[in-house]
Parts: sequence; C-alpha cells; structure tokens
Amino acid sequence: MTFLEVVEGPLWYLSATIFVIGAAWKVLGILRLGRKRDLSIPRASASIGAFKAQFLHFVPHGGFTFRTIYHLVAGYMFHIGLFVVMLFAAPHISFIQGNIINLEWTPLPYWGFIVAAQFAFAGLILLWVRRISDPVMIKISDRDDHIGSWLTFLVMLTGCMALQESVEALRATHMLLVDLWLIYFPFSRLMHAVTFAFSRGYTGAFFGRRGIVP
Amino acid sequence: MSISTAIETMVSNIDASSASYLDACVHCGQCAEACHFYESTGDVRYAPVYKIDLMRRAYKRHKDPLAPLKKLFGLVPPELTEDDLNEWTDLIYDSCTLCGRCTIVCPMGIDIAGLVRKTREGFVAAGIVPEGLTGAAGRALETGSPLGIKPVTFRKIVAEQEEETGIPIELDKVGADYMVILSAMEILNFYEVIGALARIFKKAGVSWTMSTTAYEATNVGIQMGDKAIAKTLVSRVVEAAEELGVKYVVSPECGHAYSALNWEGPNLVGRNYKFEVIHILELLDRLCADGRIKTKGKDSRRLTFHDPCQIVRRGGIVQEPRNLMSKVSSNFVEMSPTGTANICCGGGGGVSSNPNAEGLRIRAFGSKKRQLDQVKPDAMVTACGNCRNVLEEAIDEYGMEMPVLGLTELLAEYLDD
Repeated sequence: MTFLEVVEGPLWYLSATIFVIGAAWKVLGILRLGRKRDLSIPRASASIGAFKAQFLHFVPHGGFTFRTIYHLVAGYMFHIGLFVVMLFAAPHISFIQGNIINLEWTPLPYWGFIVAAQFAFAGLILLWVRRISDPVMIKISDRDDHIGSWLTFLVMLTGCMALQESVEALRATHMLLVDLWLIYFPFSRLMHAVTFAFSRGYTGAFFGRRGIVP
Repeated sequence: MSISTAIETMVSNIDASSASYLDACVHCGQCAEACHFYESTGDVRYAPVYKIDLMRRAYKRHKDPLAPLKKLFGLVPPELTEDDLNEWTDLIYDSCTLCGRCTIVCPMGIDIAGLVRKTREGFVAAGIVPEGLTGAAGRALETGSPLGIKPVTFRKIVAEQEEETGIPIELDKVGADYMVILSAMEILNFYEVIGALARIFKKAGVSWTMSTTAYEATNVGIQMGDKAIAKTLVSRVVEAAEELGVKYVVSPECGHAYSALNWEGPNLVGRNYKFEVIHILELLDRLCADGRIKTKGKDSRRLTFHDPCQIVRRGGIVQEPRNLMSKVSSNFVEMSPTGTANICCGGGGGVSSNPNAEGLRIRAFGSKKRQLDQVKPDAMVTACGNCRNVLEEAIDEYGMEMPVLGLTELLAEYLDD
C-alpha cells in the first residue's frame, strides 16, 4: 500500500470517523447540559429571537462596521474563499463522489479556483497577521488559535501545490494534512464552524423573550 | 478563600448556552471595540474576552464534552488558582458594568456580560467581593436598602413629597392597582420623582401605593453575583406586593432593578408572580397612548437621552422613552450610537458601589463624553437613578456643565393641568 493509498484509505476513514463522532459528541455533550426553564413572562418569541440572531451577527451592527472592518473583510475573504474551494474545486468534487456521496455538480473553472484560493489565502494571512500584531489579539491568543490557523493554511497550501496532480507525493501530503485537520477539528476552536449557530441562537432566544436581539 | 468552591460554582454555572459561547469564541478580540473600559484606557486586559478567561478555563478543563479525552494528552488548561482569582478581581468587578455592548459586536453573539455574571458567582463563593458591594448587601439585608434608608426615613421622604405636591400618598394600601418601588438612589438623591409620580398618577386616575416593607428596588445580590441575597431581596418585593394584592408592581427608573424583578426574579423565587411587573417607562407610555396623560408645552432646550443598558439593550424597552421624549421635548437629538448600541454611563453592574473602581469609572466616562461632545446637548435625560448619579459625578469631574434629568420628572413638569 502506497503512502497516498494510506492517507486516502485507512487514515482518511479513521480521521473522518474521529471528525464526525468527535463533532457530534461535542455538540450533543453541549446540548445535554441543557438550560433551566425561564419562568419570566416573555414579551416576545424566543424562537424568533434565535432565528433573527443567526443573521444579525453575520455583519456587525450598532455602528461597529467601520471599527471592525479589518476582521469583517478578512473574515469573509477567508471563509467564502475556503468554502468555494472546498466544495467546487474539481479534485474535491471527484474525491467527494468517490468517498462520501455520489452526487454530481459543476466544478469551478481553473481560473475560478485560483481567484477563490487567493481570497482564502489573503483572508487567512490577514487574520493571522492581525493575531500576531494587534495588542488585544496577542493578549488573548493561545496555542489552539495558532495551530488552527497554521493547520488550515498548510492544508490550503498543499492543496494548491497538488492542483496539477502531477506529483503523487504532493497529493499525499495534502491528504495527510486534511486527515490531521479533521482529527484536530473537534478538539479545537475550529469547532466554531458548528457551535456559532448555537451561540447566536441561545443569545437570540434569551433576549428574544425580552423583545430585543442585541 | 475557597478556590475549590469557586471552581465548583463556576463549573456548575456552565449550561448549554455558556458552553456554546465558550466553545464558539475564536478570540477575534472584536469585543474590545465595544468596551468603554478598553476604549478609554487602551488596556488590553479590559478586552471583554479576557475577562471571561477564567470561565473558559473552567469549561475547557471540567465541562468540555471532550475534556476527559483531552486530559489524557495534557490538552486542557491548568486548574484555576487563588492567584488567578485575585488577578481577575478588578476585571470581574471593577471594569465590567455588565452593559452587554460587547454582544452586539461579537460575530458569535456571545453574551459576555452573562458570563461575567456567572464568574462573579464563583467569586462570591470564594468570598472575593469588593467591600463596597458586600457593605451594600449587608445594609440591604439589615435595613432594606443598600444605602441604609430605613422605613422611618422613607416615610419622612414620602411625607415631604406629599407636602410639596399637596397630593396624599397612601402607603401600604391594600387592593391598589399599582405598587411602586424605587431605587435607593432615587429615594436618597432624586426623591422629587415621588412627587412627580403622585402628580402623574393623580392626573391619570391611577390607583397606586408604596409598601413600607418593600420600597427598595435595588438588588445588590444581582450586581455582586450572589443568588441567595438576590432571592431574598426579590422575595421582599414579591411578598409585599402579594400581601397588598396589587395587580402590577412598577419597576422604577433603575436599570438592573428591572432585570432583577422582571427577568430574573421569577427564576430566583422559583415561580410566577401573582402580579405583573411593568416598567415605569412602559406604564407612562401606555398612559399617554390611552390619553390618560396629556402634556402641555415642550422643553425647547437641546435634549438628548442616555439609554440605561439594562432597560434598553438588555431589557427591551427601546421605543417607550423615545415616545415620551417626543411628548416633552421640541429639540430632541439622539446620540450616536444610541438605543441598543448605546454607550454605558460607566457605573452599572455594581461598579458605582465599588470604591476600588472609582478612578476607572471616571476614565470610562470618556467614551460617553465623546458622544456628548458630538451632539452638544443643553441637558441629558435618562431613566435610571444610578446612571443619573454616575453621569452627574463624571460630568463634574470632567468640568462639564450639563444637567442630567429624570424622564418621569420631566414628564410631570409638562403635565396638562
């Protein structure tokens, strides 16, 4: 069995399993903690508050857009670029069809991949530069923040290097890093990709009862 | 100090919402942009996310669903120590007014103020609470008021207002529709509000009373993070209101008092009340809308409104004060930002009762001052006795000249007699 076969075979299945079970364990574990029933008389609907909060926090409100413009622009560049590359890069679609679900959708043209990847790289680098240069972020950042950033960066970098699919070792390196990223995900702050919805939802529901969503 | 009790309390406070918050935070630091303590000092320790770091560590070590596995690999933060609690005391009590402005800017919508409150409960369990707050709590339990206002003094103040307005105020009136409670600051410093209420209610034909056993709305237990004290203080109001058989308890111009009685109270006493809680701004707005209060003339000065955080951003009463301002002001100007994004006075969440925080509170007013300098009002109106007192003190400190008015009193001035 070649190294590529290992990282795309047994290691891939192992890491995907850890990813799925770990993330599910985490989410269910959090939800299991529950919340005490709120006995106060609601002024408005908690459900509507929870729903509104999901959208409200996609863009800073309350006059903060200018003060948070760096994070806003870099954050969206990174996340949109990453999701486009992840879901619409031709090699990813064929890998998903072969290993996860047999669905077909149109891949990005090569130039589209390049543009999306540039956005993702620029966004991620800008966010990390901010993390090591802004006094507040220096103070609050920990090992997990840096590992998550670097691991994602390396996954993206090796993915771009492997795009031509001319050297098997590059694809294998990319897959190894993807496997590591999947294993790291549930144990790290990368979980925010899932828990953000719960966080916004709980705040929206809590304040939604009070007739407001901050 | 009992560090183990503190940890136990903090960990037991982590429910599904807190766990979601602590798991979703990506350390982006944007919350700092919303904090008046950080904005005014530039001190990175005042970044709201840093203030909740003890809670994050308690969660990651004890309550994270994957903590047992992570512990095997040494991937959990170290246990909290006494030194940690001592180091964080000023962050938890002096530099957070629980204003909740940081939630607005947080991409994850994390209720950071709620987490600070839960951290305070850990500090209470450990016995680390600023003396200003423990003293206020002691007085509240002993005399009924955090400022030590005894029933006999309260009766005297009410009698003076009766004399001033010529309107009798019947205390402990069984079967009245509304029972009014007041904040300690109102009773001591802004007692004219009692006369203003008497005039408004007489005009509107409102049947009301005040209790001589539960006249105090201030709940220092909520501010310091002591649920037992908070419950005792809420229970006094609930018992008095239910004994008198009133239909409503009117929460006064006090931010956290409204939160304490209306939103947290039923959860503290473990049941629904036999009466409804209505905030004074809601009641006045309703009376105006029903045509039971009519006003005549308007204040022509350039007036602005300071939104008390716990009433507006965390209480949901946003439009009512603006409706009332439109009744009494012909030259009303909003600050920017305003409403739910308002900037705190700097003294909420028990900070004004905490002498350790005095210098910092005055510095934090710098953010509010910048807002005021933009709109240059002749006077500022608010609807919280504590905000009013804190604003007046800070205005003096900064050498500014600007009266701070109470909205109820302003409305009473323009009643159509």
